[in-house]
Amino acid sequence: MTRAVVRAATVTSKQLCAGWWAFLALAIALWLVAPAAAQEDAGAEGIEELDEAIAEDEEHADDEEHEEDHYPLKVPERHNWTFDGPFGTYDPEQLQRGLQVYREVCAACHGLERVAFRTLSSEIGPYLSEEEMREIAASYRIVDAETGDVREGRPADYFPASNIPTAPDLSLMTKARAVGDGFRWLLDPFIQYQAGGADYMRALLVGYEPAPEDKEIQPGLFYNPYFVSGIALSMPPPLSDGRVSYDDGSPETVEQYSEDVSAFLMWTAEPKLTDRKRIGFQVMIFLVVFAVLAYLAKRRVWSKEH
Amino acid sequence: MEALRPYEPKSRVGKWFESRLPIGGLVHSSFIAYPTPRNLNYWWTFGGILAFMLVVQIATGVVLAMHYVPDASLAFDSVESIMRDVNYGWLLRYIHANGASFFFIAVYIHMFRGLYYGSYKAPREVLWILGVILYLLMMATAFLGYVLPWGQMSFWAATVITNLFSAIPVIGESITTWLWGGFSVDSPTLNRFFSLHYLLPFMIAGVVILHIWALHVPGNNNPLGIKPKTRQDVLPFHPYYTSKDLFGLAVFVVILAWFVFYAPNFLGHPDNYIPADPLSTPAHIVPEWYFLPFYAILRSIPDKLGGVIAFGGAIVVLFFLPWLDRSKVRSANFRPLYRQFFWILVAVCIGLGYLGSQEATGGYLIASRILTAYYFAHFLIILPLLSWVEKPKPLPESISEPVLKDEKPAGSGGSP
Repeated sequence: MTRAVVRAATVTSKQLCAGWWAFLALAIALWLVAPAAAQEDAGAEGIEELDEAIAEDEEHADDEEHEEDHYPLKVPERHNWTFDGPFGTYDPEQLQRGLQVYREVCAACHGLERVAFRTLSSEIGPYLSEEEMREIAASYRIVDAETGDVREGRPADYFPASNIPTAPDLSLMTKARAVGDGFRWLLDPFIQYQAGGADYMRALLVGYEPAPEDKEIQPGLFYNPYFVSGIALSMPPPLSDGRVSYDDGSPETVEQYSEDVSAFLMWTAEPKLTDRKRIGFQVMIFLVVFAVLAYLAKRRVWSKEH
Repeated sequence: MEALRPYEPKSRVGKWFESRLPIGGLVHSSFIAYPTPRNLNYWWTFGGILAFMLVVQIATGVVLAMHYVPDASLAFDSVESIMRDVNYGWLLRYIHANGASFFFIAVYIHMFRGLYYGSYKAPREVLWILGVILYLLMMATAFLGYVLPWGQMSFWAATVITNLFSAIPVIGESITTWLWGGFSVDSPTLNRFFSLHYLLPFMIAGVVILHIWALHVPGNNNPLGIKPKTRQDVLPFHPYYTSKDLFGLAVFVVILAWFVFYAPNFLGHPDNYIPADPLSTPAHIVPEWYFLPFYAILRSIPDKLGGVIAFGGAIVVLFFLPWLDRSKVRSANFRPLYRQFFWILVAVCIGLGYLGSQEATGGYLIASRILTAYYFAHFLIILPLLSWVEKPKPLPESISEPVLKDEKPAGSGGSP
């Protein structure tokens, strides 16, 4: 009797199982249409309240605008950098040019307060000579933390903070920005892509263009399709061809300036990158050899038992 | 089989000590002679990997704590000074941050292995429950640790999670204030989070000892899910499983090192390189990847208290798993239906993780509601029903029979 029940139930269990598979297929289908539905269904009652409950009364004021356009409008192009890949290093000359662009252009507004002058002579960074580094330090007026007096900067001092409160400090900027590109991120760890911030900055600096006619730009803002959190930003296009004169013969173009200053800011954000990759390679060789030896040892131990 | 013999100290000093504190015998019987089923596959190496990761996290964490300052105005700067000025500070921090993620990768594999092979069933219920407690402690530790760098995501994650307690009726607001040590997330919060982040790993270590103890009473489960019957079925832990675990660990560490050295920020959120600012909310607050499935469950309920209950229930249900799954057969290799539902559950958890990373609107919200419903249905409806309707395949006589007679062990094909 029980056996008959079980047998009957086993048949239905197959149908049950097919039912669940169908259910899963439905869920996956829903999931695939979800992005489109999300855009259409801007109102989605209930959840906004929940979102607010979770984020607790914080501003989601621009949510409505957010539903129409996804920012940035354009995904930054992936540039080839000297610091890409397992053997990547910074190019000291490029960092020096980038430093020059920062000092002559960006520093008018943006600070760099986590970068000490002494690090400018780092051999895995801009690699300035001791004199050049001291000269740059001395060109800044620093308020001494102990005496309160204004004095010339020393190697142990740091670049000043931003001049205007709305301009963010740039020390960590290239690690603090990233732009998604569909599901491409799934591959990024395998190809060691870590330059999202530098790519974003370079794209933003070269990306200023006149606003399309159908877009309304608020006065005081500047249209840039690469800007990550809106259609326009309050920073005017900072670079123009010939604005900074290089003395190493590099092209004096917006493209070149943008690339150089982005590389420099990658260094300010990740000053130990070259060391990291060098040590990493040694560690990987050690670990792979160790893993092979561990495998051979395991095989030998187990050979007696199979 | 020499190693299966009991421990006898050879020297006079050894004998003297052993008769007063038999720790040599304990270590010998637990990690050398310990009889282990001979058919464990590589999914069983993750217990050892987890123990190793706990040691790595404590070792790097203790050194990081020497340089870290738990104060709202100094925390972010002190982490940056670790990255820039402390010798190999960048290495310690990247190991610790990526180590946390890899700790979770290992624990999820370990848990799903337990689910697949029915390792939670009698007589291992207490072992399983201790494991769920370890998982809860890990979640708490990871959350507290994520707050410490005091970046934007740190701050807002702390705000969102502590705010969940305010959903509790009547006393919720007071509890939240008590947790904060003030009227918002601030220095007192950070200070206590640091203290607890340092405490919990040692509690984890304590429960790990209980977990291993509870493992060694019934002994390991195995891919066939049947009890070892003869000496033929088992091998001494050393050198067989020490060598196998070591190889598994080595491969795991290679992958960890790849992330530490070549993609150290891949698993983090860029917003956490922006110092915490209570006046500016990030556009999308998301937790670390290992909490995303629970975050999706939390947001799928259109009511704050309901969401918190679902979030907690998703973990609490695991405590009851040994009694929800009534099938006597442990290994999914002999349970044709359960095996399929197991993989559906894996897919559903990954799906919930993806949905947790997206905005909870429109289709995403509908999908996360469906998957949340399925998650609970798996444990509360499907598992109890399955033991009724499923006809398991015949189990082998013993472990050594398929392993020694056939070249292909029955338990090692098609497993997770």
